[in-house]
Amino acid sequence: MVNSSTATGISTGRLSADEYERNFGDLHPALNAHQANVEAARCYFCFDAPCVTACPTGIDIPMFIRQITTGNTTGSARTIYAQNIMGGMCARVCPTETLCEQACVRNGGEDKPVKIGFLQRYATDAYMDTGRHPFQRAGATGKKIAVAGGGPAGLSCAHRLASLGHSVTVFEAREKSGGLNEYGIAAYKATDNFAQKEIDFILSIGGIEVKNGMALGGGRDLDTLREEFDAVFLGLGQGGTNDLRLDGKDLDGVINAIDYIAELRQAPDLSGLPVGRRIVVIGGGMTAIDIAVQTKLLGAEDVTIVYRRGQAQMKASRYEQELAQTRGVNIIHWARPAELISDGNGVRAIRFEYTSPDGDGNLVETGESFELAADMVFKAIGQVFLAEALAGSEAPELVDGRIAVDADRKTSLPDVWAGGDCIDGGDDLTVAAVEDGKAAAMSIDRYLNSAAA
Amino acid sequence: MADLRCDFLGIKSPNPFWLASAPTTDRETNVVRAFKAGWGGVVWKTLGEDPHIVNVNGPRYGAIHVADRQLVGFNNIELISDRPLGVNLQEIKKVKREWPDRAMVVSLMVPVREESWKAIVPLVEETGADGIELNFGCPHGMSERGMGAAIGQDPEYIENIARWCKQSTRMPVIVKLTPNITDIRHPARAAQKGGADAVSLINTINSIMGIDLDTMSPDPSTDGKGSHGGYCGPAVKPVALNMVAEIARDPETASLPVSAIGGIGTWRDAAEFITLGAGTVQVCTAAMVYGFKIIEEMLDGLNTWMDGKGYSRIGDFRGAAIKNIVDWQYLNMNYVVKARIDQEKCIKCGRCHIVCEDASHQAISIEKNGHRYFDIKDEECVGCNLCASICPVEGCIEMVQMTEGNDPRTGKPIVAEYANWTTHPNNPNAVME
Ligand SMILES: Cc1cc2nc3c(=O)[nH]c(=O)nc-3n(C[C@H](O)[C@H](O)[C@H](O)COP(=O)(O)OP(=O)(O)OC[C@H]3O[C@@H](n4cnc5c(N)ncnc54)[C@H](O)[C@@H]3O)c2cc1C
Ligand SMILES: Cc1cc2nc3c(=O)[nH]c(=O)nc-3n(C[C@H](O)[C@H](O)[C@H](O)COP(=O)(O)O)c2cc1C
Ligand code: SF4
Repeated sequence: MVNSSTATGISTGRLSADEYERNFGDLHPALNAHQANVEAARCYFCFDAPCVTACPTGIDIPMFIRQITTGNTTGSARTIYAQNIMGGMCARVCPTETLCEQACVRNGGEDKPVKIGFLQRYATDAYMDTGRHPFQRAGATGKKIAVAGGGPAGLSCAHRLASLGHSVTVFEAREKSGGLNEYGIAAYKATDNFAQKEIDFILSIGGIEVKNGMALGGGRDLDTLREEFDAVFLGLGQGGTNDLRLDGKDLDGVINAIDYIAELRQAPDLSGLPVGRRIVVIGGGMTAIDIAVQTKLLGAEDVTIVYRRGQAQMKASRYEQELAQTRGVNIIHWARPAELISDGNGVRAIRFEYTSPDGDGNLVETGESFELAADMVFKAIGQVFLAEALAGSEAPELVDGRIAVDADRKTSLPDVWAGGDCIDGGDDLTVAAVEDGKAAAMSIDRYLNSAAA
Repeated sequence: MADLRCDFLGIKSPNPFWLASAPTTDRETNVVRAFKAGWGGVVWKTLGEDPHIVNVNGPRYGAIHVADRQLVGFNNIELISDRPLGVNLQEIKKVKREWPDRAMVVSLMVPVREESWKAIVPLVEETGADGIELNFGCPHGMSERGMGAAIGQDPEYIENIARWCKQSTRMPVIVKLTPNITDIRHPARAAQKGGADAVSLINTINSIMGIDLDTMSPDPSTDGKGSHGGYCGPAVKPVALNMVAEIARDPETASLPVSAIGGIGTWRDAAEFITLGAGTVQVCTAAMVYGFKIIEEMLDGLNTWMDGKGYSRIGDFRGAAIKNIVDWQYLNMNYVVKARIDQEKCIKCGRCHIVCEDASHQAISIEKNGHRYFDIKDEECVGCNLCASICPVEGCIEMVQMTEGNDPRTGKPIVAEYANWTTHPNNPNAVME
């Protein structure tokens, strides 16, 4: 029996099977060959192309596009993978509108960049279909590296190290690898179990052993890894979340967006996932957008994002904001949560106070407030690195709660590197994590080849 | 990874991609940058006698653009090297010494005098260059002075000069041919008779790129006047393919090595010339339009394609298409095809209908159940390929062979046997068996 969007409270099965399938299908269907050829022909093959500089992994974009135009999709994918082994996932999740496509010179002429992300997906999808791996491992070096965390940063590092001939062991706390690719990215960006398919593809280079369900800390701490291995890479992500400083933050129905998204990503059947009729999301980043859009797509009637500052300050790009709005999500700016209101069983409503910036850019309350009914309140106010994983060992230096690294992603410890969301100054993007892992691997390789190791 | 190495007349290069004699090869800095980018060899910009020639001090180039300003045709009125002979020779020597694994061929053009040729060739040999290319192709400026294409249009000159050069050097001699001629086989045969080791073709085609309707000046314009120049780039590739094929098919020159030139810009273009027997390929316009970096795509694309086909070296497919180029009279008259529109791919532009209506056989219908829908009427379709040629969607219209039944257009049964025009009943000269 199908409950509708208007069924009160928290409920499962608000939609028909067809609706779930439609709502959680591919956000952007793949280009077909004709579309890809037409789009690829638009690239100017710029000199010192600005798109390449704008890509955190430095993919040779004009080259891979030229290879598409000559019918060489295999070579095109190789060009992509040479810089970014997660080129397939990045093609799906990168905010290209603020990265490569923002830099495309076509914006100048006609306000319409080459659709680099779609073309990248076209080439990498075609390659994945071949079931092959584009690179061959160099001869074994006999060096062993431990990678803690099997997310984009860890896997990218492991792949590059393995391709250079080193042996890598990945210690991953969860049952499945992939980090937020598997547990965090919006479902409609990585359909058809793509995260796991991509991991199989990455591991097929050989030389990487993944130990799932094994967390750094507890029994196997950093000191031990440093003894057992020639070098260590930390790609631990940000396991913790910021909490609301409000009474009632533990009421039923007040939920960490990240936890709910992870549940959604793992749900075998979305109709079994309970979702409220009225949803309020607190936050202004990618996570806020993703939880809002996905609960709306699960059939919630009203979904409202409330952000304490203005549109321009939202970390989610304009494109992401529009995506939410076109899916029927309401966005309220300049308001912050003041009180969670319970009906005795759980949250019933939440009261916000309007804010405005004072002369120094700090927020002050205007004195006006409003109340929104809510069966579910999602907290999407940022993640934090959990330094507990390093407890009990000699720990690398932290800055602002995250691991400090130099340009080579080297920490304050001589044989420990780090990358991805757990480092200070990171961009909190999949593609940035991939680049960190790759850069660290190159640095580790230089270190292992030098006398120091 | 396939082995792309080449041995052309004993000249070795790591791949078959050479830069043709042109501005890209006219000085040390360019050639070194090209080698760094990965080019297998160069033919140095044509050298002449001192005092060196001079170029106009204004536009040398004209271009034909298609939609989106993609350049498909290019033309130039540049002459041969405008730097002193000694400077060029010095640089050639230095680059060859620093890049011993790359092919270094030097293009030459001097007046039709035995002493002139016999004087310059030893100077080139002294640089350590791998070979010489005789520029009998330049169709503008130099030809009016009795050189370049003026030589390439006269088989007797070609033969004599080739012979003089062979007499004065141990280096391989390549004769670069002009396409500005009716039958390319004659100059190729002459080059072979003169002892040339190979021919290279094509040089540029005589052309005027356009007329400015305000100034009435041709393009490119020098102070309101223009002269014909040499046409090249993607547009000339079909002309070059045919001329290369003509030489490969001519029993007299079938074994004459060819370095193919003309409209090559991608690995595919290059592979096509190699299937017609080319030993190396030369690129000019594409490198001028996009820079040296295109070599990466060419190398990777050729490699990937060869791997996919199981070819491990260039020789494995060199010349593979020659046997399939025949005279019209030997085409199979019993081969019947019909156009097929893939309705999934069709974007319903209707262009196939109107071209078939106006220029072919009224064989494409325009509606089905009151909807815009384009389909082939087999009883009218002659299989001419016009619709497939103009369809904007690749692979949407395909020509499919009929293998059984009757051709609905002629009512005649489809037969498997090959039969050509030489025996066709409508041929007044048919040879009846
Ligand atoms: C909801 C959401 C949506 C997002 N959407 C996008 C998007 O659309 N585009 C985009 O570019 N970015 C997006 N991001 C950001 C992106 O997912 C991250 O920047 C990226 O995943 C960081 O990679 P990482 O490897 O550093 O960390 P993670 O992906 O977090 O991976 C860390 C891994 O380490 C493991 N781990 C943690 N602690 C331990 C331990 N002690 N021992 C062993 N293993 C451990 C974790 O289980 C996890 O597998 C999104 C993030 C979120 C939260
Ligand atoms: C600007 C320019 C200058 C050229 N100069 C020479 C030359 O000095 N000697 C020569 O043999 N060919 C010269 N060519 C002809 C090229 O080498 C080549 O044969 C021709 O352009 C066809 O190849 P493409 O279609 O790749 O350009 C020149 C071509 C251009 C465009
Ligand atoms: S900036 Fe745009 S046009 Fe230029 S190379 Fe990159 S994708 Fe192509």
